[in-house]
Amino acid sequence: MTTTEPRVEAPPLPPPQVSERTRYERRLGLALSAPAFIVMVFVTAYPLVYAVVLSFYNYRLTDPEGRTFVGFRNFTTVLTDPVWWSDFVTTLIITVVSVVVELVLGFAFAFVMYRILFGRSLVRTGILVPYGIITVVSAFIFRYAFQLDSGFVNQWLGLGEFNWFGERWSSLFVITLSEIWKTTPFISLLLLAGLVQVPAELNKAAMVDGATAWQRLTRVTLPNMKAAIMVALLFRTLDAWRIFDNPFIMTAGANNTETLSFLAYRQNVTLLNLGVGSAVSVLLFFTVVLIAFLFIKGFGTDLSQVRGDQ
Amino acid sequence: MESRRGARWWTLWGALILIWAMFPLLWMISLSFKDPNTFRSGAPTFFPKQWVWTNYDTVFSDSLFTSALRNSIGISLLATALAVVVAMFAAYAIARLDFPGKKFLLSMALGIAMFPQAALVGPLFNMWRNLGIYDTWLGLIIPYLTFALPLSIWTMSAFFRQIPWEMEKAAQVDGATAWQAFRKVIVPLAAPGVFTTAILTFFFCWNEFLLAISLTSTDRARTVPAALSFFTGASQFQSPVTAIMAASVVVTIPVVIIVLVFQRRIVAGLTAGAVKG
Repeated sequence: MTTTEPRVEAPPLPPPQVSERTRYERRLGLALSAPAFIVMVFVTAYPLVYAVVLSFYNYRLTDPEGRTFVGFRNFTTVLTDPVWWSDFVTTLIITVVSVVVELVLGFAFAFVMYRILFGRSLVRTGILVPYGIITVVSAFIFRYAFQLDSGFVNQWLGLGEFNWFGERWSSLFVITLSEIWKTTPFISLLLLAGLVQVPAELNKAAMVDGATAWQRLTRVTLPNMKAAIMVALLFRTLDAWRIFDNPFIMTAGANNTETLSFLAYRQNVTLLNLGVGSAVSVLLFFTVVLIAFLFIKGFGTDLSQVRGDQ
Repeated sequence: MESRRGARWWTLWGALILIWAMFPLLWMISLSFKDPNTFRSGAPTFFPKQWVWTNYDTVFSDSLFTSALRNSIGISLLATALAVVVAMFAAYAIARLDFPGKKFLLSMALGIAMFPQAALVGPLFNMWRNLGIYDTWLGLIIPYLTFALPLSIWTMSAFFRQIPWEMEKAAQVDGATAWQAFRKVIVPLAAPGVFTTAILTFFFCWNEFLLAISLTSTDRARTVPAALSFFTGASQFQSPVTAIMAASVVVTIPVVIIVLVFQRRIVAGLTAGAVKG
């Protein structure tokens, strides 16, 4: 705030002192954030540029001498290969289904945690266990529960010899189920934080005006939680889009259950095909940028509060 | 009474959530006590016909698991400690100081939080081999530190904003420099936030799988999630299922303990940076 009122008495603060303080603050700020900045650049920005460069070469670690510049050929190879599109669709299905189910389930959980009086901290503690558990462990738990020779699911549901991992859709069902179990707690806690922020007076006023519980939910509570919902959605969508652990452990990508992260891993690490693998990596990165862009520009997700801008 | 009946309903729903969260764990524990040689004979049941400790003996006598456990503990703790220290400085600067590039740093942290790690697996694999840190602790600590930084920076800067800064000013008026004010006044006040951040970061490192299988090749640096995916059981003739579950129980115990003891802090930490109205 600057005032334009002329002040006769007050002498202006000596400028050099102020600027020295500001300069000191700037230098300290830069110095304190430099380590974080350097590490982040070294591990993400530099390798990403490296991946972009490699994606224009024919480069296999099994034949390092045969490295040649091939232009966009790796990209056309990837984009015309049905495997990329199959993996794309698989990733899309898992992402959409898990995020939608988690949003509904997470909201229900948040609502229960908000209203419950007896056993509140017990529920909050219990829900944190799936959050903290190792994803690979969760994948094994669900795999063995559904697997023919070890699982109880077929016995309980009377499905006999049905092989869950024998075909695509049932495999995707189990993969998505494990993903949902593991990550709903995160989304529900974010939604709970948003729910707590909704002023109680608004709901009381709506009640006095004769609004039904459903109207209060859809007209008062949800619109007031929009920011929280969008942020939770963005984070979970991008997290689900990177899914790797569950399909790797449960099916190893069999029956068209391979995801995009899995494809990047397989090309780069298993096949040591760094040229094509880098093209996959770059394309994967672009899909993530596209999703983030859609959320921020398309749906107006406000990230300033996440980023911590003041 | 209407409200009392309502309260009972909410408690019932809460109990259902608890069952939903705990049921898979019960299955894991149950399977880990089944006999590895006979658990597949006949129709599989939920609980063991006979409870045995064999699987726990198997995993603790297998160097694949014990070295992985050592690697997981060491790498996770070191990466957490480093991430917390580096993030603490950055979070203080963000919450407290005005400097050029602040917005850029925050945006970059946000970008990295959304980053697909799989896109880096190829280049890192190649870089680490050239640098000679492939299949070492350092080779995992560096990327873990990086990917834990965004979460750590937000969580801590959110906590740091709640600190009464007048105390820092008072210290500075009394002649302390900004650095002294930070060290002597703010650090003790910030300790709970730092601790919470450490828990969340530890969970992240403990859980990580993709980089762990991509940047390691032997039990020199292979962590538990990676080792589990290679586990073959006591012998090649025995199914690894029950032993993998026993190992899973072992690595879930620390998670459950941390959650039980620090439930409040974790919830506060998860929601502190993320959503504000």
